[in-house]
Amino acid sequence: MLFVLSIAGIILNRRNLILLLMCVELMLLAVNFNFIAFSRHLGDETGQIFVFFILTVAAAEAAIGLAILVVLFRNRRSIAVQELNTLKG
Amino acid sequence: MFYTFALIMLGAATGVVFSRNPVHAVMFLVLTFFQSAVLWLMAEAEFLAIVLVLVYVGAVMVLFLFVVMMLDVNIEAAKRGLTRYAPFGIGIALLMVVELMQLIWSRGHGFAGTGGFAATPEGYSNTKALGAVLYTEHVYAFEIAAVILLLAIVAAITLTMRKRPGIKVQNIAEQVAVRAKDRIRVVKMDAEKRQ
Repeated sequence: MLFVLSIAGIILNRRNLILLLMCVELMLLAVNFNFIAFSRHLGDETGQIFVFFILTVAAAEAAIGLAILVVLFRNRRSIAVQELNTLKG
Repeated sequence: MFYTFALIMLGAATGVVFSRNPVHAVMFLVLTFFQSAVLWLMAEAEFLAIVLVLVYVGAVMVLFLFVVMMLDVNIEAAKRGLTRYAPFGIGIALLMVVELMQLIWSRGHGFAGTGGFAATPEGYSNTKALGAVLYTEHVYAFEIAAVILLLAIVAAITLTMRKRPGIKVQNIAEQVAVRAKDRIRVVKMDAEKRQ
C-alpha cells in the first residue's frame, strides 16, 4: 500500500525533484517493511541484514541526490523537472 | 494496535504526496518514519527500528529539511500541473493495487492465517543476533557498505564545493616561504636633530 502510494506520488509530483526524492525514500521504506515482515515470519535474520544495507545505500543516495539538487538549483535557479531539457538537442 | 499505527503511517504518507508545502511534506515524512519505527519495534526488529529513527529521522530528514529551506521552492507553480497527470497517476496506482491483490490472493492461501509471528525464545537479543550474522557471513557486504558511505561523503562534498570569485583566502605556501627581507625594509637615514 505504501509502495503504491509512493509510486502514485512520483507520477503526481513530476514537476518537483525534491518531492520525487521523498517519494523514493517512501518506496524504500515500503521495501524495507516487506523485508522485515518476511524475515520475522520466516525466522531468518538475513532479511534484516538486507534492510540494514538498504538503509545504508539509501542514506548515501539521499546525500548525493540532494547534493546534485543543490548544484542544479545553483546553476538553473529552479528544480522543476520540465525545465531540465538541455540535453534534448 | 498494529492497525492504528499503520493507518497513521498511511495517512502521513498521503500527506507527503499531497501536501502543498514541501516543509510540511518533510514533516509528514518524519511522522511516517516514526510510525514505521514503531511498527518495526512491534515486529521485534529493535535494532533496525532504532537505526531508522537515528539515521533517517536524525540525519536524512534534517538534510532534506535543510535543502528544502535552502532552495526556497515556490510550490504553487510546481503544483499547477498536478491535475493534468492525476488520472494517469491514479490509474497506475490502481493497476498496481489490483496486481498486488491478485498476487496475494493467488499465492497467499497457504501462507496466510499463521496467526502472527512465532514467539522469540527467552533472552533473545535482536541486536546480538544481527551482529552475529553481520560480522561473519556478510562481512564482505559490510565493508562494501562502508566504502559506499565514504563515496557518498566524497561525492556530496565535491559536488557542492565551489570557488567564489574575489574571496579572501590564505596562501599557506606563500606565508611559510616568506623571508624577513620581504617584510622589513631597513631605511638608512640621518638622525634627527634635537630641537
